[in-house]
Amino acid sequence: MATTTATRSFLQAVATEEVATPLRKVQMEGLVILKIIKHCKDHSPSLVTGQLLGLDVGQDLEVTNCFPFPMREEDEEIEADGANYQLEMMRCLREVNVDNNTVGWYQSTLLGSYQTAELIETFMNYQENIRRCVCIIYDPSRADQGVLALKALKLSDSFMELYRSNNFTGEKLRENNLSWVNIFEEIPIKVSNSSLISAFMTELEPETPVIQCDYDRLQLSTSSLMERNMEFLIECMDDLSVEQQKLQYHYRSLSRQQAQQQAWLQKRRSENATRRAAGEEPLPEEDPANPIFKPLPEPSRLESFLITNQISNYCSQINGVASQSFHKVQLMKALHEE
Amino acid sequence: MAKTNRTVLQFSSSSSSSQSLSAKVHPLVVFNICDCYVRRPDQAERVIGTLLGSVLPDGTVDIRNSYAVPHSESLDQVALDIEYHHNMLLSHQKVNQKEVIVGWYSTGHGVNGGSALIHEFYSREVPNPIHLTVDTGFTTGGGTIKAHVSNNLTLGDRQIAAQFHEIPLDLRMVEAERVGFDILKATTVDKIPSDLEGMEASMEHLLALIDDISKYVDDVVEGRVAPDNKIGKFISDAVGSLPKLPPSDFDKLINDSLQDNLLMLYLSSITRTQLSLAEKLNTAAQIL
Repeated sequence: MATTTATRSFLQAVATEEVATPLRKVQMEGLVILKIIKHCKDHSPSLVTGQLLGLDVGQDLEVTNCFPFPMREEDEEIEADGANYQLEMMRCLREVNVDNNTVGWYQSTLLGSYQTAELIETFMNYQENIRRCVCIIYDPSRADQGVLALKALKLSDSFMELYRSNNFTGEKLRENNLSWVNIFEEIPIKVSNSSLISAFMTELEPETPVIQCDYDRLQLSTSSLMERNMEFLIECMDDLSVEQQKLQYHYRSLSRQQAQQQAWLQKRRSENATRRAAGEEPLPEEDPANPIFKPLPEPSRLESFLITNQISNYCSQINGVASQSFHKVQLMKALHEE
Repeated sequence: MAKTNRTVLQFSSSSSSSQSLSAKVHPLVVFNICDCYVRRPDQAERVIGTLLGSVLPDGTVDIRNSYAVPHSESLDQVALDIEYHHNMLLSHQKVNQKEVIVGWYSTGHGVNGGSALIHEFYSREVPNPIHLTVDTGFTTGGGTIKAHVSNNLTLGDRQIAAQFHEIPLDLRMVEAERVGFDILKATTVDKIPSDLEGMEASMEHLLALIDDISKYVDDVVEGRVAPDNKIGKFISDAVGSLPKLPPSDFDKLINDSLQDNLLMLYLSSITRTQLSLAEKLNTAAQIL
């Protein structure tokens, strides 16, 4: 059954190749999830990345395998080594018939603080080589709460266009109707397993009434998680206010400059009037050499957009944790009364 | 009888420790082997590969990772791509230096003639390797996974046979439990459960357990089921672990915690409102 659907969707993909269909879903193998989790967890709390391999089929992106990258080093030489490693790994995996088509990368994160300029840069790099790519984010710190914090992200098309022109002034943003909400697009994840694995899991694991993630989820104390979330949130607030100040400073100097320009123009006009009265040629009303006419560069809004994204991310995490604790407290109460 | 050379030393060490020797398998290994088996070349009947992991302080072998090694097999000889094996090993060690070779795996049921040859190769890589067999063909009606170690029977310098015997294998997959079996068992899952959905499932589990227990207690009280002291002890332990608090204190505790959470909720909501307000004001200011 799986093969027939695969071939059909492949045909669909061929038929619709001219029109780039939007990415609807990311289909991940259970193997990939386990591999990512293992890699991220082994190296936690340091953050790690790796490459995703798979197929681009119609509206879905299938992630069928992945491999980890070694820890990043600053050294030039080791960087070249890293590229070699990547090629070597791809070659080796191809030999055992693994799809060796890069579809993106994965990275671990700490409490969801992944919206950074680096992520955007990496994404743009990948996007240059492959038409469609995706970034899988995994948060090992939330695994202790019994949550599978796995997310598939991509940058929105309008944002990418803007990023290529590297122009994040307020005017441009308004023109493209882009706000911080639509920088990142989250893509729903679908999990698939081969029938063989499914059979093995059913065979190996008897139906147990309680499993580990139940214990983790029903853990009553969430304050440490809350605290850290809050700390990050406060840090972000500080960053945001710094960005705001930058912008305000810009506006202040802009209005000062405009006032100066006006004063200069007035002076020039009155001067011209006296010159005309004296029968002389009037001086031009523009003077490019004058420093007050130099346009002030507007600070990029990108940073503040990213910070805003992070803040909203923390907020939703706090919301999630709080509502979870509500449930737990209610459950406690009910149990106690019983 | 036998001279004390390397193989004979191994014989004695492995036979003495084989009682205590056991292995633990990370679910990733099983997944990886199955994936490799599904993707094996047309003519190949089985896949073999290297197992990576470490030996825990208590002597348990922790098998944590694996990779397939291409090979070709004919009637009486096995050709293993040794270069591939070494390349892959180097690559894996770059990522995680703690994981070393602990043995090898093969799909299919039990040990066959070719296995001894491959096992000998791996014995040169690591002393006393583990041989894991995964029955991907379900030949015995169930997917059996077994671990073996081998003893070499030597006569003087000459090796005359290799004897494989099974060692206990721990297949409890705590790691997979963390992810949730619902996701790993089914062939397709449309959506990863969110925080609250997971919570709901856990609560349902808990409720079912409580129902089971109370049914059991009722049955015992009414004499339908023979009482089991062990179970009774567990139940009394569980009930005893609830802290005895006067209701007023308990209410205070609950209310405090509720209020803390409400405050957090309020703060995060107000932050969000501020953000969207700022967004609106920004665009409005620019239009003016």
